[in-house]
Amino acid sequence: MTQTEFLNIVMPFKDKVFRLAKRLLVSTEEAEDATQEVLLKLWNNKAKIQEYKNVEAFSMTMTKNFCFDKLKSKQSQNLKIVHSNYEENNTPLQKQVELNDSVSWVGRIIEELPEQQRMIIQLRDIEEYDYDEIAEMLGMNNTAVRVTLSRARKTIREKLTNTHNYGIK
Amino acid sequence: MVLNNIEKLLEKYENGETTLKEEQQLKHYFSQETVAPHLEMYKPMFDYFLGNQQEQFTKDVPLKTKRRFNYKWISVAAVAVLMLGFYFTPIIDDNCNDLGTYCEPEQALEEVSKQLAMISSHFNKGTQAVGYLGEVDKGTATLGYLNEIENTTNIIFKN
Repeated sequence: MTQTEFLNIVMPFKDKVFRLAKRLLVSTEEAEDATQEVLLKLWNNKAKIQEYKNVEAFSMTMTKNFCFDKLKSKQSQNLKIVHSNYEENNTPLQKQVELNDSVSWVGRIIEELPEQQRMIIQLRDIEEYDYDEIAEMLGMNNTAVRVTLSRARKTIREKLTNTHNYGIK
Repeated sequence: MVLNNIEKLLEKYENGETTLKEEQQLKHYFSQETVAPHLEMYKPMFDYFLGNQQEQFTKDVPLKTKRRFNYKWISVAAVAVLMLGFYFTPIIDDNCNDLGTYCEPEQALEEVSKQLAMISSHFNKGTQAVGYLGEVDKGTATLGYLNEIENTTNIIFKN
């Protein structure tokens, strides 16, 4: 397999791999490293790539596992990544600030979710995968995915309603 | 009516029962500038989802082709070496004097016949020595007369 053939296979979903990695690892740099690592692993095993039924789903599973490994080693190092959005508040328009803020609130809310729910929200609401595909990627069954997704969506909505009402009530 | 539909979809959405198409509908609705005030808290969520879809991986991946040693090339090299060997051997043969042999075939033939003649002369010397064995035969022939003596003695003693 040549480099261009490989890139043709990988290009369509490399951003999805990156976003999933970022969802789990939070930091952009870590996510970039993880994506690079996953793609390199695919490249090194390119001889076997024809055997995989669904390269995209396979890579997503790989990404998930890789990120979990990363998180586990990070937990033992007791390293925490703190996110600060202070610079974003500089925009003069009050309304825009508010909107921007509430959008970043969503990001923060999602970050607080358990990893499983975060991944499913990412795969379903952002990457728009089928339930079956998600189930395959995460090694869960279809109904479990739906239940987790519903739970995650309800949590997000609840927290959003709370923050939305802070200013009013 | 549209609002009613959206509310229904939202409920289904929260139960994880919407299809991808219905979710598209929701995203489309909430990407509008104005949404119904009581649904406003959903807007940032869908805005966030749409915004996150744009994020891209920009770092390039260093794809290095692993140089695996190919054994085919060994045979190619071997053939090349063989061909070179065949190509250069006549040149080495030309300076045959180094090896102590004769380059001219006639000279070689002459020398060989000389050697063979010498060998055969030595052989002949050997056969001359063997000629004396004829004398021994003669001796044994005279011994045959002893039988005659024995015959006569037999006759004498019988009587």
